[in-house]
Amino acid sequence: MLGDGILKGLAETAKNFAGSFVSKERMTTVEYPEERLPLPEAARNFPFLVYDGDDWEKGLRCVACQICEKECPPKCIYIEKSKDKKPDYVGKPQIYPAKFDIDISVCMSCQICVEVCPFEAIKMNTEFELATDDRFGGLLLDRKQLARSNEYYHEIHPTEADEVDARLAAEKAKVEAKAKAAAEAAATKAAAAPTGTPAPASKPAASPEPQPASADKPAEVAKAPAAATAPAAPKPVPGTGTDGPAPMSADDKKNAETPAKTNEGEPKA
Amino acid sequence: MIERLDQIFVLLKHWLLGYLPESWQTPVGVIISVACIVGLYPALFAVTTVLERKGVGRIQNRLGPNRVGPYGILQPMADGIKSLTKEDIVPTSADAVVHFLAPIILVVTVFMGFAVLPMGRNMVLVDMDAGLLFYFAMGASTELSVFMAGWSSRNKYSLLGAMRAVAQMISYEVALLLSSVVIVMMTGSLSLVKIVEAQNHYSYGLPHWFIFTPWGFAAFIMYAIAGTAETNRSPFDLPEGESELVAGYHTEYSGFKFALFFLGEYVAMFSISGLGSTLFLGGWMAPVSWLQVVPSWIWFFCKLFVSMCVFIWLRGTLPRLRQDQLMNFAWKFVLPMCLLNLFVAGLWRFMGEGWLRWLVCSAILILAYLSIGREGMRRKRFGPRSYRYAE
Repeated sequence: MLGDGILKGLAETAKNFAGSFVSKERMTTVEYPEERLPLPEAARNFPFLVYDGDDWEKGLRCVACQICEKECPPKCIYIEKSKDKKPDYVGKPQIYPAKFDIDISVCMSCQICVEVCPFEAIKMNTEFELATDDRFGGLLLDRKQLARSNEYYHEIHPTEADEVDARLAAEKAKVEAKAKAAAEAAATKAAAAPTGTPAPASKPAASPEPQPASADKPAEVAKAPAAATAPAAPKPVPGTGTDGPAPMSADDKKNAETPAKTNEGEPKA
Repeated sequence: MIERLDQIFVLLKHWLLGYLPESWQTPVGVIISVACIVGLYPALFAVTTVLERKGVGRIQNRLGPNRVGPYGILQPMADGIKSLTKEDIVPTSADAVVHFLAPIILVVTVFMGFAVLPMGRNMVLVDMDAGLLFYFAMGASTELSVFMAGWSSRNKYSLLGAMRAVAQMISYEVALLLSSVVIVMMTGSLSLVKIVEAQNHYSYGLPHWFIFTPWGFAAFIMYAIAGTAETNRSPFDLPEGESELVAGYHTEYSGFKFALFFLGEYVAMFSISGLGSTLFLGGWMAPVSWLQVVPSWIWFFCKLFVSMCVFIWLRGTLPRLRQDQLMNFAWKFVLPMCLLNLFVAGLWRFMGEGWLRWLVCSAILILAYLSIGREGMRRKRFGPRSYRYAE
């Protein structure tokens, strides 16, 4: 009959209309600013820099190797290497980024920087409310704005962060074991030949380059002490820096200077 | 007391006019009434837009607007401010005068229709003898403004929209008129006040509305279809089909002129609904005799509200027709049914009282509905197409 389709349609819409007041399942709307859906674990949009510990500047994993800068397809990363060094997570002195900027207006969220980073220092963030009224400055994030703690990383990508932590721990354990073995070897060697170089033992934080040893074995030995003292090395740093909170609030230039001083003091002593 | 409440607006007007000299009373009275109409319907329009957006939202299991004010009820204010502050753009190649006049003429003609609509007992601006004729004359001139808008914009979408609008409105104007003619046949008057009076009696507490007769019911259905098409409402919103013609005839309008078109469309809906309830649903009459204590104007606006809800419901349900379906439906279904209904109304009139006329008239209409619906509206089965190209 002509028109029964219309009646059926009207019944259906009436059911929808009435049902939307009664059943919660029908109303799928999430009223965004007030309520929000949990983000899926694989969510990502822009990169951030991971740091360990409490101090974002000291704990930054990035060693300014600039691989990400080179690999970035739209070239949105800008890194300036530091002149001095600071110990990394295993305690090895590394240079760090004096400047690390990402222009998120250019970034295309490809995650290539994350994939190429050998230091697990750059990861993808899930933050998406990045709208700003400052077209140029507001979208250019510096390293302070990019820095997020490892705990935050665990929060947003738990599985991935666990994997990363396990990998880092394994690496650290390996380095430590090697250092121990090397230290033992050095100790036995030292015991056997007391005229050997005492430098590695007395100068724990010394960088590997100034080591006078030219043979292949001493070179390894030279590296080892630096690693062996790793757990101890980060401790004196906050200890000496009594003005601990100061670098947090200071601007980048000052930030670059303060660690330089503390680092200078140690290796040259 | 009940009488007083029923006539409250009439009494208020008379009380106000009492302070004026005799010679001023008629013109000032007209101005007061016109001001009330011109103020009231835009206010209703504002309420209806938010009602429509909320209602269609609910039909689609959404919330609808809910940001401006509690539950989004202040949305029309925000829309109004927005359209008032927007830039008014006139295309360089447009016919500026006609482009400017079109929305004004639309709104004016649409409001003219209310002059003859009785909105309550004794609440009519002009009790014209040829009220129905006047109403249709005014309703038909909205086509003019729509075509003016489309033509003056110098935009192909506007022109296509206007062409569609004119084709559609002229086709359905016929059905609209023919479906109302049965009422004139039965009451013997073109005056809308007399038409309401003719329905104003009850038996067993139930009213004698024209919709409760076979010919009245058929005419009401045809009137509703034609009225929906006449006001360019979904599913007959081809002239402004946004998926095909940006916005149809008002593509090139912005700011306040666009708001006027929008207003004109909604006020035309009110006016068509008002006329429909006057002709078929007893105008300002109460639906049952014991509810006559409620003032008559409340009943008129209740009927208006219900028909607006039906408009919204239809909009939320039906997809837009195709142009050929629209025309086929008008000329192959609505028009034959209206013509047959004229005959049935005559039969009803001359068969005298009794159950026989109910039976005969209903049977004729139902049979016609079924057969025209089956044969006339059958889906055409086209064979494989063959194309011939010029060598």
